[in-house]
Formats: sequence, structure tokens, C-alpha cells
Amino acid sequence: MRDAFVRALMEEMAANDRIILMTGDLGFGVLQPLWDHYPDRIINAGIAEQSMVGMAAGLAATGKIVFVYSIGNFPTLRPLEQIRNDCAYPGANVKIVCVGGGFVYGSLGMSHHATEDMAIMRALPGVTCFAPGDPAEAEATTHAAVRTNGTCYLRLGRGNEPKVHEGPVADWHLPAPLTIREGSQIALLSSGGILTQTAEAARMLEKRGISAEVVSFPCFKPMDQFAVKELSERFGILLTVEEHNVTGGFGSAICEIVAELGNGCRVYRVGLHDLYTAVVGNQQYLREVYGMDAESIADRAEALLHEKRTDA
Amino acid sequence: MENYEGLVHRGFSAAPDVQDPAVLAWLIRRNGLEMSRISRGSHIGSVFSVAEIIAVLYTGILHVDPANPQMPDRDRLILSKGHAGSAVYAALAETGFFPVEELKHHYANGSILSGHVSHKGIPGVEISTGSLGHGLSIGAGMAMGARMNGEDWRTWVVLGDGECDEGSVWEAALQAAQFKLDRLVAVVDYNHMQSLFTVEKTLQLEPFESKWRDFGWNAESVDGHDVRALRAAFERAMDNAGSGKPSVVLAHTVKGKGVSFMENNILWHYRTPQGEEYEAALKELEAQRP
Repeated sequence: MRDAFVRALMEEMAANDRIILMTGDLGFGVLQPLWDHYPDRIINAGIAEQSMVGMAAGLAATGKIVFVYSIGNFPTLRPLEQIRNDCAYPGANVKIVCVGGGFVYGSLGMSHHATEDMAIMRALPGVTCFAPGDPAEAEATTHAAVRTNGTCYLRLGRGNEPKVHEGPVADWHLPAPLTIREGSQIALLSSGGILTQTAEAARMLEKRGISAEVVSFPCFKPMDQFAVKELSERFGILLTVEEHNVTGGFGSAICEIVAELGNGCRVYRVGLHDLYTAVVGNQQYLREVYGMDAESIADRAEALLHEKRTDA
Repeated sequence: MENYEGLVHRGFSAAPDVQDPAVLAWLIRRNGLEMSRISRGSHIGSVFSVAEIIAVLYTGILHVDPANPQMPDRDRLILSKGHAGSAVYAALAETGFFPVEELKHHYANGSILSGHVSHKGIPGVEISTGSLGHGLSIGAGMAMGARMNGEDWRTWVVLGDGECDEGSVWEAALQAAQFKLDRLVAVVDYNHMQSLFTVEKTLQLEPFESKWRDFGWNAESVDGHDVRALRAAFERAMDNAGSGKPSVVLAHTVKGKGVSFMENNILWHYRTPQGEEYEAALKELEAQRP
């Protein structure tokens, strides 16, 4: 996703000289193509995220579209008040980019686990939030962030994720979710890099004789209310998947809509259940420990369908 | 509120010589006193300490036009110590950005004039502040953007001394020097008092001037109530464009300046003058009417 983001940003920068990028002293190697082509439009702000975001707001006030790049929680939680007061409130054209959503930096420890960022960024009025699920979605959302006026949050995964979409995501307009796979018994809704596990879970379910639809939400704020309504009515049972704390995150966003519909649809949220992890391990290991790997997702979906049948 | 309207109509505002910094500073205090009384809002001590700084900026230093507040080549002013917002509101109103009568709605329900300075709906305010430690970073970004755009307007940021406890101020200080933002000028309202104690008893800033120099800035200290000295210091800071360094003016001020019982009294960071205290303050200010 990192490289897809850089590729898309490079295209945008070629077409629009108002676009600049600030980094909080991170992106070794990754940002090199941008440095090479646009040395005057890349600013290393140093390890000073608060002031970097304040500067980005100031630059935006002079007509720039400013991408602010860092990893994990550093571009969000650290300068949160600058994002709120200096960017979101005046509607500054600042695009906060996080590489490493979820457990990407698993073995580096709790400080590097971005597992509350979706909830926190989603709570800020005026911030459009993207969490692409694969490289094609990363490209599409990067382009969308440029087109979207005001402050955006772009939550990327890592580098070299497997593709979920065969080709590019063409003609995508936020906040529409993307149907990855059609199904009839349960819908698996996914936002962010965990999409690979969600899609794999559907394939496992198929082998168990269960037909699961997979829908990716590259944009988790605003939410496509009509799409969620349609899914809730069609399936009556939704399973949300996020590599993130379930408190206030993507699943919560779905629950907020479904609860107000009052149509009796059940929603179960896969994610971290209100905890930090002190377990050491890489991304996939931690997903398995916390029940977010494909097999755990498939098991949860199967159990939910079983409960539904038993209830009936 | 009736009282205030009466005073407005009596003409302490919209004085013909509003371009005289001493007159504007007095008008800032005079309006500030009314706004504080009517709103029962706090921070009058800060408004009084920063009065000359704001007055000098709006009388010939800032390139701004009240008839065209969004003029592209205007200088940008950020009041980073947003709690002294009524000083900027008063200066903007008195110099013609919006009607002086609006000032009486400061803090009021449904008003646009919040206690901390806001840009929403107020001509002449660049950006809202209120949480300390934000303004210098935003100013550095504006200065960098101007340079990238090949524009030669300046960015001014007014900071509080207590505000300089915030780490983000020093992040911005490093960045502004690193990026050689020599059309960025910071002015510190150095009144030596914070919210609970003096600066010295809270987090000592001295040696303050050399701290800024060590961070790569041009720095000088000045009497922050001497309008001629302030103007000269600001002009020197403007002349530093081309030096490759941002500039800071440490304006030594007195919290509560202008009303004897408020001066250097920590009480007046939060206290609002009512009744006899208001009358006494009014009497002292009226005796100073330029």
C-alpha cells in the first residue's frame, strides 16, 4: 500500500504543483521517488509531529494541499489537537497519512500498534477518513484524498500486501463500499488492510458450504448509509472486521447506522476487544492471537449463523 | 450592555487618530475593560499587557486593509495567545474591520466573538487559537507557503511567555530556523506572569533571549509598553528579511498594565472587574485618555 500511495501521489504531484508532502523524519527509501522528482515540494519537518501538523495547516492557508506522512500513531495521536483545531476546524487541505494501521509494526511493541486511530479520527468533525484494503484501494483513496476538499485521514497498511482487487479500482467515488465477493448467507464488512483476511475467510466459508458476501469500506467516514441499510436488510446478520479496537471504530460506525434503522439486523464486531497487547509477534501472529486472522473470522461467521438457526 | 452602547455613542471608539499607536492601545484597554465587564470574561490582565504590541502592529507595521481583509498580499497575524483575543477584536473593530458595536457581544450566546480568538465570521482574523503552542507552527507554515509561492508578505505571531512552556513552540522554533523563514516574526508578550504563579516560579524561561539565539533566531528585547521602541524593534525585525533567520522580539510588559490595582497582580488573569472595581479601573483609564 505504501508504494501504491507513493505512485498515486507522484501522479497527482505531476498534475498539480500545489501538492506538497511533509514527513516526520520517516519514509526511508519509500519516499525516495518523490524526493528525486520533487525535492522542493518534500519537507522533512523532523521528529516534531505537533509542529509539523501546525505547519501543514499554515501551508494549506497559502493554497497548498499538504500530505503529512508518518507511521503508526505518530501522525494522529501525537498531534491530535493540531489536527482538530488547526486543520479540521478551518477545513484546511491537510491529508494525514499513516503507514502501519493495526499490527503492521507488530513486533516493535505497543507504542507502534495503531489500534485506536480509526475511532479517534472518525470522531473529529470535518475529517474524511480512508482505510484502503489493498494496493488498488490505496491508489484510489490517495486520488480521492486529493479531490476531497478539507482535512482527510488516510490509514494505510504496509508494503507488499497481496492484491484483493484484480485490477485498479476504477470510477470509485467515496463513500461507496466495494463488493469484493457476492454471497447470500452473511455479509463480512471490512475496512483497512485486514481485507485480505476477510476475503480469505469467505473462501474458507465457501469450502464449509457457507456463502459469505465480502464488502470493503475504503472510506469509513462519511459512511454510505444506503449501502449499509441495504446490506442489513438483505442479510439480517453482519460481521464487521477491523484491525483495530472495536470501541468506536469501523464496526461501531456500522452499529450506529444499523441501530438507528431498527430493522433487527444483528452485527458482530471482530477486532481487538478493548485492550492493548503486550504479546510480541509479527502482524499475522498478532492477528491470530486476537482472532482477526482468516480462520478465526470464518469460525466466528459460522458460529453466528449457527446461533441464528438455533434461535429460529 | 446599555452602558456600553452609551459609551460607544459617547465616542471613545472610532477616534479620528486611531492610527496613533498610543491611542489605539488606549482604545484596546478601554474596550477590553468593557468587554470584560459585560461578558464577565477573564484574561483582562493579558489584554492590558499585550495592548501596545497589538496597537503598534495595527498602526503601520502590518500591511492589511480593513476594506479588503482577504487581500492576497496582506501580512498575516496569528494571536497564538488566543486568550487575549479581545485585544485583537478591539484593534480590528477600531481600525475599521467590523463595527465597534459588535464588541459588546463578546462571549455572548449566539455571538461570533468567542473568548479565545476565532476566525469564523470575523474579518481580519487568520486562524482561531486558544490552545497554547499552536500559533508559531502555523505561522512557520504560512511563511514557508509564502516563500514557495514567491510572495513577499510577512507572518507575525504573538506568543505569551507562559505559552513558551509548550514543547511545540520549540519544535516550531527549530523548524523556522532550519527552513530559514526570515519573513516570520514572533513577538513574545513577556509579562512574567502565568495562570497561577510568575514565570520564574513556574518554568523559568531565562536566559530567554539567548535561548532564541541558540535556536537560530535573531532576538532582541524591548519595553513592550513603549510604542516607539516597539515600532523600531518591529522595523528591525522586518529588516531581517534576507538574514536567513526568523526574528523574535521579546516585549517586556506588565500584566494588567494601565490599572494600578491590576498591575502585576496574578488575580487579574481570571478576575473580571465589576461594581466598584470597574468604576475604579474606568477612572484610571479615563485619566489616561490620550
